[in-house]
Amino acid sequence: MHLPFDEWERGARLTAIMSNPMFREPLSIAGAHREIEFRDAVREAMSEEMRRDKRVYLLGEEVAQYDGAYKVSKGMLAEFGAARVIDTPISESGFAGMAIGSAMLGLRPIVEFMSWSFSLVAADPILNNAPKMLYMSGGQFGCPIVFRGNDGAGGQLASTHSWSVEGLFSNVPGVKIVIPSTPADAKGLLKTAIRDDDPVFFLESERLLSMKGHVPEGEYLIPFGHAAIRRVGKDCTLCSWGRPVHFCMEAAEILAKEGIDCEVIDLRTIRPLDLPTVVASVRKTNVAVVVDQSWSFASPGSELAAQIHKHCFDELDNFVHRVHSDDVPTPYAAGLEQEYLPNVRKICEAVRSATYRA
Amino acid sequence: MPITTVFTAEIKKISILDEHANFDEKLGDGLIPNEDLLKLYEAMVACRHLDEVAFRLQRSGRMGTYPQNMGQEATSLGAAYVLRKDDWMVTCYRENCGLFWRGVPMEAILLHWMGDERGNAMPKPHWVTPIYVPLGTQMLHAAGLTLAAKYRGIDRIACTFFGDGAASEGDFHEACNFASNLEIPVVFVCQNNFWAISTPSKINSAAPTFAQRGISYGMPCVQVDGNDIFATVYAMKQAMEYTRKHGKPYFIEMVTYRLADHTTADDAKRYREDAEVESWRRKDPIIRLNAHLKNLRIWDDDKEVALKEKVALDIAAAVARAENITPPERTDAFDNMYAETPADLALQRDTRHTHSLGQDPSQLPIEAQERAAQMDAAAFAAHAAH
Repeated sequence: MHLPFDEWERGARLTAIMSNPMFREPLSIAGAHREIEFRDAVREAMSEEMRRDKRVYLLGEEVAQYDGAYKVSKGMLAEFGAARVIDTPISESGFAGMAIGSAMLGLRPIVEFMSWSFSLVAADPILNNAPKMLYMSGGQFGCPIVFRGNDGAGGQLASTHSWSVEGLFSNVPGVKIVIPSTPADAKGLLKTAIRDDDPVFFLESERLLSMKGHVPEGEYLIPFGHAAIRRVGKDCTLCSWGRPVHFCMEAAEILAKEGIDCEVIDLRTIRPLDLPTVVASVRKTNVAVVVDQSWSFASPGSELAAQIHKHCFDELDNFVHRVHSDDVPTPYAAGLEQEYLPNVRKICEAVRSATYRA
Repeated sequence: MPITTVFTAEIKKISILDEHANFDEKLGDGLIPNEDLLKLYEAMVACRHLDEVAFRLQRSGRMGTYPQNMGQEATSLGAAYVLRKDDWMVTCYRENCGLFWRGVPMEAILLHWMGDERGNAMPKPHWVTPIYVPLGTQMLHAAGLTLAAKYRGIDRIACTFFGDGAASEGDFHEACNFASNLEIPVVFVCQNNFWAISTPSKINSAAPTFAQRGISYGMPCVQVDGNDIFATVYAMKQAMEYTRKHGKPYFIEMVTYRLADHTTADDAKRYREDAEVESWRRKDPIIRLNAHLKNLRIWDDDKEVALKEKVALDIAAAVARAENITPPERTDAFDNMYAETPADLALQRDTRHTHSLGQDPSQLPIEAQERAAQMDAAAFAAHAAH
C-alpha cells in the first residue's frame, strides 16, 4: 500500500474523454447484450475504478458488512477489505468532512449517503467546504470526491426522506451534479465522476435501482455536459434528467398517437449543462417543455427554461412550459405522491398546452 | 452483586511553570533545552508584537478584521514545538505562534487577514492547512488527513486546535468519534480561553472540565495550564508518544485566556469584568517565561530591548511584503473554482465587465465569438445526424 508520495498526488487528470456517439442513442444501447440492474452498474463502476486506482475508497453507513442499505456495494468489502470499504458511525457531517480531509492527502473518496435527504445534516462539509476547498486554499487542495446516494421520492418514504436535492444544491458553484437515468449511463458517468478532480454529486434514484438495462462490460466513460437524445422528434423538445426521463419517454409514445412528435433529451448532468444540444433541438421544434422533479422555484428547471428563452427567443412558438413537483412536502400516501411528482399525465398536458393542442 | 462499577475516570492537570514563575523541577528539568527555550520566548514575543501591529493596521484601515492571539501564545507554540515537522497542524484562527514556529511566513498570515485569497495557500512543506474560520470544520479534516496517512502507510499524525466554543459543535463530537472508532492518530487540542466571543465557557459546558469530553470517546485526556509553555510541551510529548505508539487519538484541554477582544470587530469590555481580565494579565505566558529565563540567568533587559528592536524590524518588513504584493486581477476570483475552468464559467469571467452575467457570447472578443459559434455549429451537426 505504501507508495512514494508523488504517486499519490493529484495528476491523473481527466483530459482525454471524448464524447462517444454510442451514448447519444436511445435507451437500449447497440452492441451491449448484457442486461444488469442499475445498482449492479453503480457497483461495477466503483469496483472497476477501485481496481485501477488504489486512492479510491468507499465510505458510508452500512456500506461494508451489510453490503449497503440498498445492496449497491454488495461484495465490495470481501474484494477490497475494510481499509477501502469503510462502515462509518451514523454521522453524515462527520464522514463527509473526514472524506474532504482525506482528499487533502491524496485520496479519492466515494461517499455514500444512504439517501441524499440525509445529506442535509452534512450541508457544511458538502456545500460550505468541498466546493470551495480549491478556492479557499488558494488552489492548494482540490476535492476529488464523489458524493452519491438516492435522491427524490423513493416510493412512500414520506417528506423528510424524499428530497430532490438538485433543487437546492445546483445553486452552488464549484460542484458538478450528475443524475443518470439508465444503468449504462450510471456506470459510464460514475467512472467519469470518480476520475474527476472536483467534487461530484451523483444522484441515483431508489426507484431505478432495480431497473435492468444493457450495460457494456469493461471500460467506458461518459463525459459530463453531454446530453443524450433519447427520442428524435420534430414537434416539441422534452428536456429532463434522472427518473422523469422515463416518464417523458412514456408521454412521448402517448403523444405520438395524438400526432405530436416529441424529441426527448436526457441532460444526464445539470452542472455542467449541455445547452448546445438543447438549443439546437428547440431551434428545430420551436417548442420546449422542461421536466424536473425538484420544486419549481429557483430550480435546475427554471434555469434551463431561462436559458432556452434567452438562446431561442426568436424561435420559440410558446413560452417554455415546466413540469415540476408540486410546492408541498412529498406526500406519504401512494396516490398523492404520484400526483405530486412530475408524471405522464402532467407531461402530456404540458406538451399539449405548449403545442396549442390542449 | 447487582450494582457494579463499570467505569471510573479522573482528569489530571499539569502545571510546571506557574504564574509566579515557580518551576517544578521534577517535571520540568530537561524538558526543553535552554537554547530552545530562548527561541520559544522569542517566538512568543514576536507573535505578541505582530498582534499589536495588526491591531494598528486594522484601526488605520490597512487590514480587515483580525483576531488577536494575545495571552494564548503558549498553547499552539507548545504543540508545534513537539510535533514532527511533517505532522499536520490543523488550526482554527488563533494559532499564529505555532504556525510561525513551523515556518509559515508572517506575510502569509497578514495577507490572509488583509483579505487576499493568496494568503490562504499555506506553503506545503509546513504541513498546515488553511486558516479555518467556521468552527469545527478543521477537526474532521484532521481526522481525514490521518485516515489518509494510515491508508497510505505514512507515519504522520495530525494535531487540531479549537476553542471551548467549537467544542460544542457537532463536528467536534463526530471527529472524536471517528478518530476513536477508526483508530487514527489525532491530537485534539481544546484551547479553553473562557470566551466564545461573548459566550462564556460555562454556557458551552456545564461540566467541570472540557478535558473530560475525551473520556466519552475512549481517549486519554488531560488538562494543562495553557499559559505555561512547559506544561503544554509536556502534555504534547505525552500525546505524541501515545498517538504514535497506539495509532489512536488523544485529548488535551489547554486552559488559557483571551486577553484581547475576540476580533478587532469586538469590544470585550461590554461583556466581561476588568477584574477578570486583570487577574489573567498576571498569568500571561510571556511574563512568567521572561521571569524564568532571568532566574536561569540566560536573559536580561538588554537582550529584551535588542529582541524587541529586531522583532519590530522583521515585522515591519513582513507588513511591507504583504502590502506591496500586486493586487489581485479582477478575474482572479474565477481561478480555482474547478480543476479545469468550464466554458460557461470562462465566459462569465471573460465578460464580467458587462451587465449580463456573462451569458452572451456576443460580448466576447471576436476570436472567442468564433470559437463559440463553432461549438454551436458542432452541436447542430450532431443533432442533424439523428
